[in-house]
Formats: sequence, C-alpha cells, structure tokens
Amino acid sequence: MNTTTALRPFPHQHSGHCESGTISALLRDRHLDLSEPMWFGIGSGIFFLHTALIKVGGLPLTSYRVAPLAIVRKASQRLGIVMRYEHFRDPKRARQRLDVLLDQGVSVGLQTCVYWLPYFPTEMRFQFNGHNLVAFARNESGFWLSDPVFEHVVCCPPDALQRARFAKGAFAPRGLLYYPESIPAIPDIPKAIRSGLRSTCRQMLDIPLLPAGVRGIRALARRIGQWPGQLGPSRARSYVTQIVRMQEEIGTGGAGFRFLFAAFLREAADHIERSLLSDLSKEMTAIGDQWRQFALIGAHICKGSRPDPDAYQELADLLYKLAAREETLFQTLKKTL
Amino acid sequence: MKAADVPQDDSVLEGLRRACYAEDSEGRYVVVPSRGWEVERVVNEHANKALREALAETHKAVVAGRLSTLAYHMVRCQMDVRLLAANVGLYRWQVRRHLKPRIFSSLRSDMIHRYARALGTTSDELARLPVSHT
Repeated sequence: MNTTTALRPFPHQHSGHCESGTISALLRDRHLDLSEPMWFGIGSGIFFLHTALIKVGGLPLTSYRVAPLAIVRKASQRLGIVMRYEHFRDPKRARQRLDVLLDQGVSVGLQTCVYWLPYFPTEMRFQFNGHNLVAFARNESGFWLSDPVFEHVVCCPPDALQRARFAKGAFAPRGLLYYPESIPAIPDIPKAIRSGLRSTCRQMLDIPLLPAGVRGIRALARRIGQWPGQLGPSRARSYVTQIVRMQEEIGTGGAGFRFLFAAFLREAADHIERSLLSDLSKEMTAIGDQWRQFALIGAHICKGSRPDPDAYQELADLLYKLAAREETLFQTLKKTL
Repeated sequence: MKAADVPQDDSVLEGLRRACYAEDSEGRYVVVPSRGWEVERVVNEHANKALREALAETHKAVVAGRLSTLAYHMVRCQMDVRLLAANVGLYRWQVRRHLKPRIFSSLRSDMIHRYARALGTTSDELARLPVSHT
C-alpha cells in the first residue's frame, strides 16, 4: 500500500438506490451536479416485472426497476457522456487497474456482490451481484468507498472488495469498473429528460408479450389471489414476502422506486417547463403511498396475523387499482411528450 | 409520503439509516434518513429465518454423516450447488460428489483450498463444523 496522506475529499451523498446514487456521485465528483432522481429518471429506471420463469432463491423474480447497469448506460448516453467499462478475467489485473486509477485520483464505479461487503449489517448480506458503489481512494487501511446507500463513506479491506468484485453467478460483475471518459461542457438536460420519459412510457406500457410494466402488475393481480389455494399457506406467504422485500427492503428510496420517480418528475418539471409534470409527480406520490399499503398488508400476511384468504384478495384489489393508476399516469405522460 | 411520516422504527439496519424520498412541507422532494420500517423488519426476518432453518437442517445432516462439512459451509454462504460450482470453477456434478463425506475426506489439499477461498474461510475451518452453531 502506498501513502499515509489524508484522504482526498469526495462529494458523498446518501441515496435511495445504489445505481443512480453511484452514477450521480461519479459525475458530481467531476463537477456535473445532477440529483439522484434526475439520473434515475433520465436512465428510465422505473419498471415492474414479476415472473416465475426466473427464480431467486427458489422464489419468483420481482423487480421494480430495469436490469442492472441499464440506468448508468442509458442516462450517460442521453446526456452525451462517454463512459468506459472495463471487465477483467484476471482478478490480479483488476486490482492493479483499480490501484492505478485511484492513485491518479480517478474515482470509479464498481459492481459488487453484497454478501462479501463486511460493512453491511449481517442481516442485510445476501447473495446479490448487482450492487454498485464508488471507490475513490486507497490507503493502508484499505479501499475508501462511497457506497450511496450508506450515510457516510466506508473503508473496505482489499480482500473483501476483491471477493465482492469477482463473485460468480447471476449478473456476475467480472471485476467491472466504470468511469466517465468525456463529459460535454453543457449537457442538453431537457433533451435527455424527454428521451428518458419516452422510453419510460414505452417500458411501462408497450413491451410486447412479457407481463412487464403495467400489464405485469395486472398479471400479478390476477394470480396473487389464487396463491393460498395453489401453493399452500406457507409457500404463498414466502412469495408475498419476497415481493415486499424487493419493494421496501432493498434500496429503492421507498415504495419500489415510485417516490424516486415522483421526485424526478417534480425536478424535471422545472427543467422542461411543463407544469403537468408536477401534477403527475403528485399522482406518482399518491401511487407510492398505495404501494406502501400493499407492503403493509403483505407484512401482515408474512407475520401470520392475516392468514385469511381475504388478505390475498385485498392485495389483488390493490394491484388492480395500482395498475390502472400507473397506466393512466404513463398514458398522460406519453401524450404530452 | 410526507417527510414527517417517514418511519423511524428500529429495524434490521443495526443503527444505520436508509435514504427515503419524501415531500417536505413545501411539497419538494427531499432525502430523509430512516432508521427503518416495521414492514422491512418483518420481511427481512422471514428471509433470514428461512436461511437459518436451511443451515440448521444441513448441520443435522452433517452430524448424521449424510453430508460433508463442505455442504454446511456452502449453505452458510447462502450458496447452492450451482453457485458454488461457478465460484470454484467446477462442474455441478463434481461439487455434488464432494458433498458426500467419504469423497470430501479424500480430496487433495489444493482442492480443499480452492473451496475454502470461494467460501471465505480456511482449509482447516472448512473440514469441520463451527464450535458454536447458530
């Protein structure tokens, strides 16, 4: 290890979600200061998918956001930023490359597996390979990370970080590190917002064949009421629990990214001067509040305090309402663009 | 959600706080650090309980001589055969064989070392069950 010099300052900001937080911090460090919700919205982060075709720990996959790294890729493209992505086959070379970049003062985004990061609370450490964070310095204590979902910067021992960067399995990071190579002097933010909104509407309304977006919510509503009969009480409970976890427990900023998106709409309204976006932001907030009701009933089912089939029917009714509200919202949005 | 309504329940975060987005009194969105929400605690506990039960089952099977200690450490790291095979760079059928006590005990030390590395432990630890099993 090299020096005992003081750490360089890093503009760490506590964020709702790891990926939008990481890209936001990387660019803030390079004097392009955009809030996390802006990155999330321009990168078209909001989504819904529930499918039994892909299982996570034996339970159907539920996701309230797009695939890992899509936010970083899309948002940077839409703002005209050229990103560099480096994968590695050899862990040693990945480590050397990180050392070189950090010693040059270049902060980089890393993709990691949560399970191997020792600064996470034990109960939160799950095998999940899609966790993004920023490395900004190193010294004799280890690597200094700006993990956006934490309040302050953290220090991570080199071995642990190495392990987290080279975990295998679904979405294996293969040592991925990324950083902006060129940033336009004046990024066209209104254009990026429009492009982000257009593709958000597409993925919420128009994905063919797959039960994704609004249709995904409706498909889940149709099924969820039948779970107790179909799967038995214990398995049905686990299924519901998993959905609530994806919505609230994993870094989503609350209500499965709905509040994060509402915050984006609110900010976007100022940039593109459409007061309609502020109204839609209010509606999105109300939708988020309703998603939290869904989580609340889900938690009752999980605890066993609502073993009755009525509880599942209530969940289904809520999902139908949520699907209808989100559909109206995105259709209105689409028309204004 | 209003900033004042962001839940501050003691949760699984061990004193850490999570960033939630909520509206301030002027309707602007702000980040509000939250100590956690009861709902999170309930669902997180459910998930961790399932993991603990799986580990206890495996522990029993190892004590009974049906599985090797490798199985215990695999489950301890929340892995299944597929994930462990990917992490050590073996085929799944090979890992499955190594879960048998007789075959595991005949493995060469470099293979044991590879498993130990993938599971974040030492070769010695890998060959036994921990003293205090939780």
